[in-house]
Amino acid sequence: MSNPAISEQITQTVKSARTAAFKRWLPNLLMPIIGLAAFLMFWQMIAGSINTSLGTFPGPAQVASQFSNLVDEHQREAKRETAFYERQQLRNQAQLSKNPEAKVKIRPYTGKPTFFKQIVTSLYTVMTGFVIASLIAIPLGIVCGLSKPLYNAINPLIQIFKPISPLAWLPLVTMVVSAVYTSTDPLFAKSFITSAVTVALCCLWPTVINTIVGVANLDKDLQNVSRVLSLSPLNHIRRIVLPAAIPMIFTGLRLSLATGWMVLIAAEMLAQNPGLGKFIWDEFQNGSSNSLGRIMVAVIVIGLIGFALDRLMLALQKYVSWDKSADLR
Amino acid sequence: MSTAHLELTGVGISFPTDKGLFCALKDVNLKIAKGEFVSLIGHSGCGKSTVLNIVAGLYQATTGGVILDNREVNAPGPERAVVFQNHSLLPWLSCYQNIELAVRQVFKNSKSKTEMREWIEHNLDLVHMSHARHKRPSEISGGMKQRIGIARALAMQPKVLLMDEPFGALDALTRAHLQDSLMEIHADLGNTVIMITHDVDEAVLLSDRIIMMSNGPSATVGEILQVELPRPRERMALAHDSRYHEYRAAVLEFLYQKQHRPAA
Ligand SMILES: Nc1ncnc2c1ncn2[C@@H]1O[C@H](COP(=O)(O)OP(=O)(O)O)[C@@H](O)[C@H]1O
Ligand SMILES: [Mg+2]
Repeated sequence: MSNPAISEQITQTVKSARTAAFKRWLPNLLMPIIGLAAFLMFWQMIAGSINTSLGTFPGPAQVASQFSNLVDEHQREAKRETAFYERQQLRNQAQLSKNPEAKVKIRPYTGKPTFFKQIVTSLYTVMTGFVIASLIAIPLGIVCGLSKPLYNAINPLIQIFKPISPLAWLPLVTMVVSAVYTSTDPLFAKSFITSAVTVALCCLWPTVINTIVGVANLDKDLQNVSRVLSLSPLNHIRRIVLPAAIPMIFTGLRLSLATGWMVLIAAEMLAQNPGLGKFIWDEFQNGSSNSLGRIMVAVIVIGLIGFALDRLMLALQKYVSWDKSADLR
Repeated sequence: MSTAHLELTGVGISFPTDKGLFCALKDVNLKIAKGEFVSLIGHSGCGKSTVLNIVAGLYQATTGGVILDNREVNAPGPERAVVFQNHSLLPWLSCYQNIELAVRQVFKNSKSKTEMREWIEHNLDLVHMSHARHKRPSEISGGMKQRIGIARALAMQPKVLLMDEPFGALDALTRAHLQDSLMEIHADLGNTVIMITHDVDEAVLLSDRIIMMSNGPSATVGEILQVELPRPRERMALAHDSRYHEYRAAVLEFLYQKQHRPAA
């Protein structure tokens, strides 16, 4: 049988531990919830009093219901797609059983892409552009950070290219991609390449600039260590320069990814390239009574994805960073 | 020996500054024998580090030159290992890895993997730091960092060990410990050592010769004091040794009477 005195003690300990945990979490959890609740109330209040030609501005409730509509649409569309492929396969099998020589065609499903398909497209595009840009920007930044003459040669170009809006690039990129990328059976859609290249053009600069700063500010003493050891240029970069510049490189990468994500949505809207931007534009053109609610869903999702991408980079930065005591945020 | 192990002949250096050329060193001549322990002492800013950096090959002398074992020094290299004033360990590597980087670079063609590991362990042991091999520099004290810095330099088996105020930033007790360790190591290995110090006791305790430098600009070797105290030296015993006090007084006299202190 349990001893009442001991069990009383245990309950006490558990209670005090819970209170302590609660006190620790209170500011971390409660305040954001209060902030969010206040925002939702404010939104609800304001929304009802804004009248547009497409009806009143959607409040949180309408947006939530539009979100579940979008989920339903996606599930319906997914069913239709599997049905289409099943039918196609049956048809092809029938044809083959009649005539084994027959050339069967496999046609892709061409339904309207759903909201969630557009999300995947946008994510895929932004990551492609970002990775391409990083693969160019980091080596370029390292080389320019190490060589003063090269830095002097390239710095004016960087300063001029950096402030250019992606939308100014878009027509040029579109025309160049059309002219250069002329395969009959393209691996990637032209629209995808155009969007990714536009994103890459804007992702380059923050990473290049921050990498240069990180590399050029390498501690003089560490440089001397490398010289006394007579490290080869490649080992110098690998063992000394790169680890020292990692924090700045990541600062650049995070800025780049955030820029890239903003740029992509705008580019998709303007160029009618598949993705979340096109979803918003299509809804805007549609002009049904649900449109504003559906656009609002997209706006919130864009924000959440941007936030998630930054957290992802932060996690990666924490993983590769050697200074585990640094307060990365 | 007809020629010295390490020889500085007519070494001078001028730095370009906003106000034209600044002549930091002029006509520095020095001959150092193999296995000799030499300290450089002088007022701050007189050019001690500059001399060391020229021997290390980190700076290029404007006039004159440095010859080590009949070969001119004109670039840095691991046969002239440097212990930097502020340790200069790579913060992203553990103590072991910091030494490993140097060992791999110097012995990549002459030692096997196991031999390298043993050699690194041996050098960690030499400075009494085996217990902290997996710690990062940020996790150990200033004295321990300096020990690792010394182990890294010794692990390169340098012909000359160059130390720029190696114990300058340490408290007196830690400094005494490290001085004793350094004397033991020097007795064992017989490296040629050039050490910069601003501590008169340290100079007399450790050195075979003390090079006293005149103030800059155009600083040069002022006087050279031969320290003929028998080794091994005991700091407690020396406290009662009259020769020790004479050497000490000679250095102090040079620094505070023959040389004006620069306006601080
Ligand atoms: N890279 C440099 N450029 C310009 N002046 C320098 C440089 N290095 C040293 N000096 C000057 O040379 C003089 C000697 O410096 P240093 O060797 O560091 O003195 P210390 O004896 O304190 O080690 C100082 O006046 C310093 O300002
Ligand atoms: Mg100095």
